Order: sequence, then structure tokens, then C-alpha cells
Amino acid sequence: MAEALRRPAAALFSAPAIRAVIYQALLVLVLVALVFAAARNAYINMEARGIPLGFGFWDQTAGFDINQRLIAYSALSTYGRAFWVGLLNTALVAGLGVALATPLGFLVGVARLSPNWILSRTAMAYVELMRNTPLLLQLLFWYNAVLKTLPGPRQSIALWDVIFLNNRGLYLPNPTFDPGAIWVLAAFVFGIAVSVVLGFWARARQARTGAQTPVFRIALGLSLGAPLLAYFAAGEPIGFDVAKLSGFNLRGGLQLYPEFAALVFGLVTYTAGFIAEIVRAGVLAVPHGQSEAAAALGLNRGKTLRLVVVPQAMRLITPPLTSQYLNIVKNSSLAVFIGYPDLVQIFAGTVLNQTQAAVQVMAITMAVYLAISLAVSLALNLYGARIALRER
Amino acid sequence: MTAAAYVRTAPEEVLPAPIFERGALAWMRQNLFSSVWSGLLTTALVALALWLIPDLIAWATTRAVWSASDGGPCRIHQDGACWAFIGHKLDYLRYGSYPVAQRWRVDATEIVGAILIAWLLWPRAPRRGLGAVLFFVVYPILAFILLRGSQWLGLPIIDTALWGGVFVSLLTALVGIVFSLPLGVLLALGRRSGLPIVKVASVVFIETMRGVPFITVLFMANNMLPLFLPEAWAPDRLLRPLVGTALFAAAYLAEEVRGGLQLIPKGQFEAAQALGLNYRLMMGLIILPQALTLVIPGVVNNFIGLFKDTTLISAVGTLDFLETIQNAAKDPVWIGPTIAPTGYAFAALFYFAFCFGMSRYSLAMERRLAAGRRR
Repeated sequence: MAEALRRPAAALFSAPAIRAVIYQALLVLVLVALVFAAARNAYINMEARGIPLGFGFWDQTAGFDINQRLIAYSALSTYGRAFWVGLLNTALVAGLGVALATPLGFLVGVARLSPNWILSRTAMAYVELMRNTPLLLQLLFWYNAVLKTLPGPRQSIALWDVIFLNNRGLYLPNPTFDPGAIWVLAAFVFGIAVSVVLGFWARARQARTGAQTPVFRIALGLSLGAPLLAYFAAGEPIGFDVAKLSGFNLRGGLQLYPEFAALVFGLVTYTAGFIAEIVRAGVLAVPHGQSEAAAALGLNRGKTLRLVVVPQAMRLITPPLTSQYLNIVKNSSLAVFIGYPDLVQIFAGTVLNQTQAAVQVMAITMAVYLAISLAVSLALNLYGARIALRER
Repeated sequence: MTAAAYVRTAPEEVLPAPIFERGALAWMRQNLFSSVWSGLLTTALVALALWLIPDLIAWATTRAVWSASDGGPCRIHQDGACWAFIGHKLDYLRYGSYPVAQRWRVDATEIVGAILIAWLLWPRAPRRGLGAVLFFVVYPILAFILLRGSQWLGLPIIDTALWGGVFVSLLTALVGIVFSLPLGVLLALGRRSGLPIVKVASVVFIETMRGVPFITVLFMANNMLPLFLPEAWAPDRLLRPLVGTALFAAAYLAEEVRGGLQLIPKGQFEAAQALGLNYRLMMGLIILPQALTLVIPGVVNNFIGLFKDTTLISAVGTLDFLETIQNAAKDPVWIGPTIAPTGYAFAALFYFAFCFGMSRYSLAMERRLAAGRRR
């Protein structure tokens, strides 16, 4: 540094350390100037157009209704309440999407690798079709061309007179719980707990003696059998409320709106195509010697996949799989196009238009998605560190 | 010495291999009926295909309405596609409301663009450097002048409110790629830079863009850009989503390029520095040419995603291809139950052809690059 100071001005500029400082100072200057200019313009423009500058709108009455909601909400509720309704609806779609897309994606991915030619080609056709057409097109297709053209409530498509499908949605039986239902739940928890203990015991026993225990079957029997026994012992406390035609509409049951059904269905089938490719790539990356060794031990194809290949492939699958989960969260914002009341549709749509507070509303909306993304990335890094430790 | 009882005079006839070892039957046994489950699955899938595929083909061909002057015949033949609708609306789907007499300008832009893209994508084409300069510098200016018009050249100015259809979709994707590639490279270099402030600024930008849905970026561009700029500079309605698209695509591209930079061995950097090259020359002559070649498949895959995402710009009032289909389907002359499925099937074919083609190209490039590194 001292040497650099003694040089003439031109050489001073070519000293890396000094140049770094100058470049960065320039960048900071430019960024600050940009932000300042933008903020100043925004202030002037918002004053001129009478747009609210603070977050005062949060506690004002919203004045619009939302048909699908997980928490109490009415037109008299506040904009803040509308935000929570939207966020929960986004979470509902995203959670359901993740829960359904994962098994479907794994199934298609494994089918894509099947030795059965027709099965693998069918899976390939599915994957290519899903990955090479826009999600929005698929959603519009399911919503406008399939669900909206279904017959009206009086001509509902009925499955065993329990499940009904018409242009107002999908009607499933709605479970009703009597007080005795708590015993069924307790039995279920009991069954799971015993199964977990059994799992540990069986593992220890196998390590000690080599003898295997059919843990999966026993666990399945326990966690299904115990609640079933409790159900009958407690006098059948769980019933189902089935939708019935009354007048021109179906009453009762659990109604899934067509917007919701189309969004979940579209998201799941679309994302499953991507997950399938991730699973395929992960499985193919496991050295061939591993599956040959498994075959030499006499394991069949299913067991080879489940016990040898997939656990090793998971290390490669997890990071891209997580980014697909994030894509489900982000893609659920396409709800705007079919009118499902998610965070973007309610908050960045209706609330923004009514309050005109574009800067505040967009900042909040983006912050929510960003927080989800960063939280998931953080969790993934922690998980990555954990599985990296086990590597040799 | 007794004579041999039997002496072979002619070679025995050559028998074919056992039918379950070679040929079609063996292939079927191995690939279709290798076990009971496999056999059942095959039967079920074949039955399903026989049930669905002929019906689908008949829907699209024999039962379809190919020519009609309005929606009447399509409302009568409800079990087939209504291609007549697509035929009547094709001009609208391609150009939106762009004035009929000026549509040659759109065609010319598309043809020049197609030639330049083919030049860039064909690995053995001559003078690809020149092609790149033409595509990334000259072509955007040419496209701007041709599409928007210029009083000086005698081309009437066409308001962007009239633009629509396929060409707006292609234009959005093009703007995305042309502006995001240089921006993405800069951001990737910034993220790997040793200068802490440059690095932080790049990381914040990239992670913010990648962490939020595209649609919020579009909303932001649409609602906030006019607020952030002085009243007099209020950007055009079409320009706003284009800015959003370019920024969004740049963040994703930056991560792709960063992946390529990480693949370059450290020795390359050290060798460049040992030769006395400064940062600009080292990156421009040694590192980026290698890194960018490595990421071509990834960039093409990114571009597929971008092309599919252009459908979202209709959320901020831009008339893209999918939106023209939605609009055309609402035409009271044509309205009917087969119009929406036909329109979506047409759009699906269009997007599938583009995206599938690009993904095959990306695969071929991947194989080509792998062949170079395999020794």
C-alpha cells in the first residue's frame, strides 16, 4: 500500500487494491443514485396521483368477498385479513401440489426406466408432453376446456352416488366427527408409535441375528387395524356427509371449486413431469455395479430400487427436487389466470387495484415468496451438510 | 477295413436361432412380457392406447370440421375439432391487430431472425462470430425499426397496442434472450468477483429474481416502473413486460453461466494470469469462451422455460399468442363447445413443436460437447 502511494497517478489507478476500491465506490454511487432517483420519482408520482404512501390500508375494510377461504373472512374484513386468506390458499395449493406431485413424479420416473418397452415409452410421452407445453396453457385447458364444459349440477357425473363432478366443482364426502372420534385418533397415534418402536427393534434384531421382520406389513396392519377396531368399539363415531341434489344445486359434501381443482391438477401433472426426469437422472447416475451387486445378492428389481439404488440416488435428487417444490409454490401464482383466490390474485390483484398502493403491495408479496425460497434453500443447505458428512 | 456306414456329403441345413432368442418374438418376450406383471401391464397399456389414440386421431382429422364460414357446422359436429375456426383466425393469431398492409414487416423480421438463429445454432456454420454480432447488436435495432416503424424511412409507426399474436410471443422471448445473455454473463462474473460490494449486489439481484414468481416481476414492471420514472418517461405498455422479462431471464441465465464458470479448471485462470493477461482479457479470451460453450445446453433449456413463460405476459394486458386464442374463442360468431379445445390443441402443437425442437437441439449439443471431453 505504501509503495502504491508513491507511484504517479496513472500507475496508482492500475494498482489492483486501489482500483477495487474505486470500482466499488463507483458501483455504490450508481446504485445509490438509482435508488434515490427512483424513490424520489415514486414519491412525486404517488403524491400527484393520490396514492397512499404508508401501510395504513392494511387495517381498512376490504369490501370484496372471497369464495374459498380457510379462515373466517367477509366483505367487512380488512385488507390484512384478505392477505392471510390469500397466503393460506397459496399454502394449501402448494402443500397439496407437493404431496401429490412427488409420488406421481417418482412413479413416472421409475416407469421411464422400466424394462417394459411400452411402459417406458408411455412415461416418456407423458414427460415430453408436460415439459414442452406451457403450464398456463395446461391450466387453461383443464379449466376452460374440461371442467367448465362439464354438465350442470342436475346432470352431475356421479361415482357410486358418493362423488359428484359437475361444472360447479368436485363434491367429495365430507367427514363428520362425533365426540367418540378422539378414540379413533388415539388408536391411530398408538398404532404409529408402536410401529416406530417395532422398526427400531427389528433393525437391532437384524443387526444382531440377521433375521428379518416384515416390519412394513405389521406396521400397516397396526396403523390401519387399531383405528378400525377403535372405530367400531366407539360406536362408529365418524360419518360422511354426502352431497345431495336439492333444487338446482348440490347441497352438503366437501365442495372443491373448479378453479382449485384445475390449479391443483394442472400443477401436479406438470411438475410430476419434471420430477420424473430428475428421478430418472438420479437413478441413472448410481453406478451400474450397485444394481448388479444387488442382483447378485438375489434382490428382485423392486427391492434393488428401493433398498440400493434410490437411497443413493436421493443425494443427487434432493437439490433439484427442492427447486421443483419451490417452483410449485411460485407457479401456484398462475391462479390469477383462472380466478383461484391465491396470494397474488387477492393481494397483488384485487387489493392492489382497490388501494393503488402498488409499491407496498408488491413489496409485501415479493417478500413473502422470497422468504419461502430463502427458508427452503437454508433447509436444503443444512440437509446437504448432513448427508455430506456421511460420505467417505 | 469296413466302409463307413455313413459319410456326410453335404453340410447340414442351417437352422434359425430359437425363436425366443432372436427376432421379434424374442424382443417382445424380453421387453413386453418378461414377467406376469409386465405382461399384464403391456396388455392394459395396449388396450388403453387402442381405446384412446384412434379416437383422438379421429377427433383431429376425420370428425373435424375443416371448412366453415361461421361456427354453425362446428356446433353441429361436436365430436370433432373445429379447424375452420383456426383457419379463419390464423391472421389474428399471427399478427394481432397489426395493420394488414404492414404485415410484411412482421414477416420480414421473423425471416431474418430465423436465418440468424439458424446461423448461430448450427455448430459448423462459417463466421459464427459475425452471426453473433448481427444477432445481438444489428438485429434488435433492425427489428425495432421494422416493427415499430420510422417516419424517416417512410414506414408508418404502428402503435404497440395493435401488436399481438405469435409475433409478440416470439418478440418477448427474443428480447429475453438478447438482453439477458450479456446481463446474465455480467451478473455471473459479478457473483464470482472478489470485490465484496459487486458480489453482494449481484447475489441480491439474482436471488431476489429467482425467489419470486415471474408474474410478480411482471406486475412490478407494469405497476411500479411508471412510478419510478419521471412522468415524461412513462414507458410503453408493451415495453414494461419486456423489461421485466429481460431482468427475470438474466437472473436465471446468470446462474447457468456461473455453473459453467465453476467447471473451468483453476489452471486455466492461473495460466492466463501467468501470461500477463488482465481480468478483461483473461475472461474474454480464455475463460468465457470455454464456459459459454459448456453452458449451451443449459442456456437452451433456460430458453425453453423462458419461451413457455412468455405466456404469462398476458396478465399485464399484452396480447401474446395464447391470449389471442383466448380472445378469438370468445368471438360470438364462432362460440361453441369445440372452440376452446381446438384452440388449446393448436396452441399446444405450436409450443410443443418449438420446445421439443429446442430440447432435442440441447441434447445433441450436450452429446457433442461430451464427445469432445471424452478421450
